[in-house]
Amino acid sequence: MTSLDSKTQIVVVGNGMVGHHFVEQLHQSDANVEITVLCGESRLAYDRVYLSSFFSGASADDLALTTPAQYAEWGVNVVTNALVTDIDRDNNKVTTSEGQVFSYDKLVLATGSYPFVPPIPGNDQEHCLVYRTIDDLLAIEASAAVSKVGVVVGGGLLGLEAANALKQAGLDTHVVEFAPQLMAVQLDQAGGNVLKDKIEALGVTVHTQKATQTIEAGDTCRYKMVFADGTALETDMILFSAGIRPSDQLGRKSALTLGERGGIVIDNHCVTSDPNIYAVGECALWDNKIFGLVAPGYTMARTAVSHITGGDAEFAGADMSTKLKLMGVEVGSIGEAHERTAGALSYTYLNQPEGVYKKLVVDSEQKYVLGAVLVGDTSDYDTLLQYALNNIELPEHPESLILPSSDAAPALGADALPDTASICSCLNVTKGDIVSAIEGGCCSVGDVKGETKASTGCGGCAALLKNVVDSELEKRGVEVSKAICEHFNHTRQELFHIVKVNGIRTFDELLEQHGEGLGCEICKPAVGSILASVYNDYILKASHLPLQDTNDIYLGNMQKDGTYSVVPRVPGGEITPEKLILLGEVAKEYNLYTKITGGQRIDLFGARVEHLPDIWEKLVAGGFETGHAYAKALRTVKSCVGSTWCRYGVQDSVGTAIDLENRYKGLRAPHKIKFAVSGCTRECAEAQSKDIGVIATEQGWNLYVCGNGGMKPRHADLFATDLDTETLIKYIDRVLMFYVKTADRLQRTSVWMDNLEGGLAYLQDVVINDALGINGELEAQMDAVVDAYQCEWKTTIENPESRKRFRQFVNSNASDTNIQFVSERGQVRPATEAEKVAGKDQFIPVSMV
Amino acid sequence: MSAAQNVMASEPQQVQWHYVCETNDLVTNSGVCALVDSQQVAIFSLKINGETQVFAISNYDPIGKANVLYRGLLGSIGGAPVVASPLYKEHYFLETGLCKEHDDVSVTAYAVKVEGEKVFVGV
Repeated sequence: MTSLDSKTQIVVVGNGMVGHHFVEQLHQSDANVEITVLCGESRLAYDRVYLSSFFSGASADDLALTTPAQYAEWGVNVVTNALVTDIDRDNNKVTTSEGQVFSYDKLVLATGSYPFVPPIPGNDQEHCLVYRTIDDLLAIEASAAVSKVGVVVGGGLLGLEAANALKQAGLDTHVVEFAPQLMAVQLDQAGGNVLKDKIEALGVTVHTQKATQTIEAGDTCRYKMVFADGTALETDMILFSAGIRPSDQLGRKSALTLGERGGIVIDNHCVTSDPNIYAVGECALWDNKIFGLVAPGYTMARTAVSHITGGDAEFAGADMSTKLKLMGVEVGSIGEAHERTAGALSYTYLNQPEGVYKKLVVDSEQKYVLGAVLVGDTSDYDTLLQYALNNIELPEHPESLILPSSDAAPALGADALPDTASICSCLNVTKGDIVSAIEGGCCSVGDVKGETKASTGCGGCAALLKNVVDSELEKRGVEVSKAICEHFNHTRQELFHIVKVNGIRTFDELLEQHGEGLGCEICKPAVGSILASVYNDYILKASHLPLQDTNDIYLGNMQKDGTYSVVPRVPGGEITPEKLILLGEVAKEYNLYTKITGGQRIDLFGARVEHLPDIWEKLVAGGFETGHAYAKALRTVKSCVGSTWCRYGVQDSVGTAIDLENRYKGLRAPHKIKFAVSGCTRECAEAQSKDIGVIATEQGWNLYVCGNGGMKPRHADLFATDLDTETLIKYIDRVLMFYVKTADRLQRTSVWMDNLEGGLAYLQDVVINDALGINGELEAQMDAVVDAYQCEWKTTIENPESRKRFRQFVNSNASDTNIQFVSERGQVRPATEAEKVAGKDQFIPVSMV
Repeated sequence: MSAAQNVMASEPQQVQWHYVCETNDLVTNSGVCALVDSQQVAIFSLKINGETQVFAISNYDPIGKANVLYRGLLGSIGGAPVVASPLYKEHYFLETGLCKEHDDVSVTAYAVKVEGEKVFVGV
């Protein structure tokens, strides 16, 4: 090593993903080094994992992991198109093909791999290509432009990716695989078969057990591939993706120790047989293994950096489990998929109609997971990985982890997870991190989220996070309160039962008997909603009015300037010309801004509170009702054109949508609910993203439940098929009333169902099979709510006391001068603060009655 | 900014009492708004332990920048009566006008009294 004054010269051969990661980590370590990168390609490091996105529009720049400017900023010297041909180990120098010479104190080989091309006569002709670099991709693009048929040789991970690329380029695509199955490394034969079926369903033809003998001139295409079994395949271009080989030529040439089948041997510090030379990434061989995934490569890079800077990190192998989506097909592989361990036993689930295959490999005592194969459905991947990585003991019936059944699979308890268990994979938060956060003072899920950022990515770990947090808090003797707020020591569901069972009809009664303090903006609306769901009284009755949030009191959505939006109900999205004209006239008279909503109705903005009763009086007189746009209630039932007009419709979606909207309007719920009805399988009404979705079939209706759009969109689940209208309504009655009675405050139907033990299957059992014997009660409750319906705007305008509520001032007819509008695109909008300060002259005088 | 006073305190000399409305214009456990000397005042009537108490604060929400506080939900935090702004739900203590969420934000708290059936606000 050199003295402290001069920098250690580090030369890195190769600037792929791992080579770049090494440079980045070494730079961040602030060590006293000078880094020189000899990059073999014309481009600096780019994301090779997402190479295929090049064909769906990503550019080379999009894939780039760094830029010349960034390296310059870091003080890293880089030479591109620099092919290192020689290492002089005695004098610590490397030479490139151009004759440039570089000295090193430490040399890092990150040369990666090269694509193996099987020695087939004719494999070097034009349009016979490989799939590894961006330059390869450009060549593929050029070839595909003048080809109709394409063949990929090799049905592994990369081969299938390459096939997808050709398919995206519009070619008639084939995959030719030497082995009896696809993805022979990760999957077993049965899994490979399911994968084959799914890929062929996507339009790619798969040929297994085909050994290519020659590539000759074709009859109908450019080439003809002739196989050992005598068959042949015509094609215009051939992509070889038959495996990768470590680029260890430099190591071989300079007499470093290599593995029997290639790869530069490294120790736990990533040092080769020469103490001044490291090898990382795909060119390296550790414990006789090559690691073809980027994560272990990165770990090796960090290990090498540690060793160079005097640290003691060691590389100890890596888990090669992967979960990915190939051509839209979910594939997952954990640990030892091929039952190579002595005594290993397996459980298998094969569902051919749905194209799902799951295999669980366990030890001879059925206590631990050794491996798993998942094709078509990888939802069990995370749980199985936890079991495998952390050596957690399996439950009594391990098969329940992969079988779909109406009994809930035993949940992996939070306590069973070790501290190293990954809870949030998006933000890399382990159970240990969460425990630290709690030790550091966090005492709620919200606190832990803020501190660790867990569950702020995709949110998929939210339930697991809550389990862990609650479990840890309880272990520490912290009582985890499930109360909705400081005034009631109960959950929403408990309050619902208390109200119902005791016949409590007002908030004051409930507060006196079961609460304390004066209430708040959390419990008042919650109790208001409960009372409405149970009794469906007029919500502005004196005893209920103080419970309502402003939107519910003024029966409109307050906008940023204190004005309101007006949304009349347009059931099923169907409206007559007369009604359209009335909306237009009211908007003009009151100078309201108009917009069409996603719910297939019309919104009028800018209404002052004192004008709301007059506006609604005109609308009600014209036959409109409140649209409940402000309420935790049914919003809209969207519809498509349906069988009345549309040539594809098989049922009357509009009529049904209107009937449903008129039945359930006014039903108060823990959160808003939205429906849609589609008249055929084209699904133009987007019913599958709704709380209740209905799609027509030739025989009747398919019912979907518990979907939603918004911040966390969720696809609805298919609940029942081919229902007649009467049964459809019965089921919807039951599902909705069950939700209303048991869900938490502000809980969407999707979250509610996710938290039901047994999920969809349980819900089906309750509603279809009456497993709890409550269907009669649920239907009666719904009938009572439907019967008690009143349009609350109609009731309000007919009642002088209620109309009195709608004024700005109790002692003046003046209006709020702070509300000011300016003009935009021919309509009004609220003036911004800056515009208000600038002066009144530009404002639109609002001339009113 | 005038000091907060509750209903029972004696009237300081500099406060001008303005009649705003009758008691039956108020809504129990809810708010109304009065225009007093060109200021907008939110007036709340709360039933606390069986007794009706009246509070008054400025109607202008300094964070949402709109005249809407009288439409907020009433409640208590640790026993002290508060109103939650309908726009973004900050809480303002009715006795002092202070904002719970932001130490540097507050609204004017006005004196208010009920004499017989008449409601007066002191400005």
